[in-house]
Amino acid sequence: MNENLFTSFTSPTMMGFPVVMLIILFPSIMFPSPDRLINNRLASIQQWLIQLTSKQMMSIHNHKGQTWTLMLMSLIMFIGSTNLLGLLPHSFTPTTQLSMNLGMAIPLWAGAVITGFRYKTKASLAHFLPQGTPLPLIPMLVIIETISLFIQPIALAVRLTANITAGHLLMHLIGGATLALTNISMTTALITFIILILLTILEFAVALIQAYVFTLLVSLYLHDNT
Amino acid sequence: MASVVPVKEKKLMDVKLGELPSWILMRDFTPKGIAGAFQRGYYRYYNKYVNVKKGGVAGISMVLAAYMLFNYCCCYKELKHKRLRKCH
Repeated sequence: MNENLFTSFTSPTMMGFPVVMLIILFPSIMFPSPDRLINNRLASIQQWLIQLTSKQMMSIHNHKGQTWTLMLMSLIMFIGSTNLLGLLPHSFTPTTQLSMNLGMAIPLWAGAVITGFRYKTKASLAHFLPQGTPLPLIPMLVIIETISLFIQPIALAVRLTANITAGHLLMHLIGGATLALTNISMTTALITFIILILLTILEFAVALIQAYVFTLLVSLYLHDNT
Repeated sequence: MASVVPVKEKKLMDVKLGELPSWILMRDFTPKGIAGAFQRGYYRYYNKYVNVKKGGVAGISMVLAAYMLFNYCCCYKELKHKRLRKCH
């Protein structure tokens, strides 16, 4: 049973051809580019959602931070659509792979931090020491703040990976348990099935929330540094 | 049997069965040709089901169903062992 549980997280290949490339590119088909003033329903709904999200997310930034709007909007669309598509049966979710999440987190975090160091060096260095610390504590606190800075990209990536993987794993386990319980006791199977339904609703929410959290944190790091 | 219009310019439905191999062989298999074929296919589907005045869920749900089927085929090998049988 142990091996069966994790086989759904292996990178899918079809006769040696890495299908994972196609699966990562697939969500882009779901977002047609609006070419008219009034588009079809799909494009209009997506347009409205993106305008809502971008206004809510980018309003806190100054002019320099708002140049990152395209990056952050495509980030939230990508992570949200990939997570939601992963809830379909038998599908592979690229965001369960730590490699991909690190590949998203590290460049974005590094870009924000290096921008901060380049344009506002004194202010960026000042972040390492919170205001009003007593004098003897300063060396230790600088070390702690440095560690917390460098943990940010790892935390971003691991948070996304762990949340999505844990959700998928729980659904596999509870689904398997429901199936196994149907022969033993129908009422317990029914209760387990209700738990499965609630879990699926949670997973839909988690898929969207994780995308939002990832993007929000990147935008926060950006705000600190612009 | 020689036809009046050259085979090259016919659409698939007009090609006679005997001419089918030569019609397939003369298709453009360069990367640009293959990309063009995918693009034409995508826009054909898009303009028929999604880019209409009153599109419904059918447009994207057909794509999602095809995606599910594709993934099922990809992991059929591992799923074969999980069928509901008394003895595996």
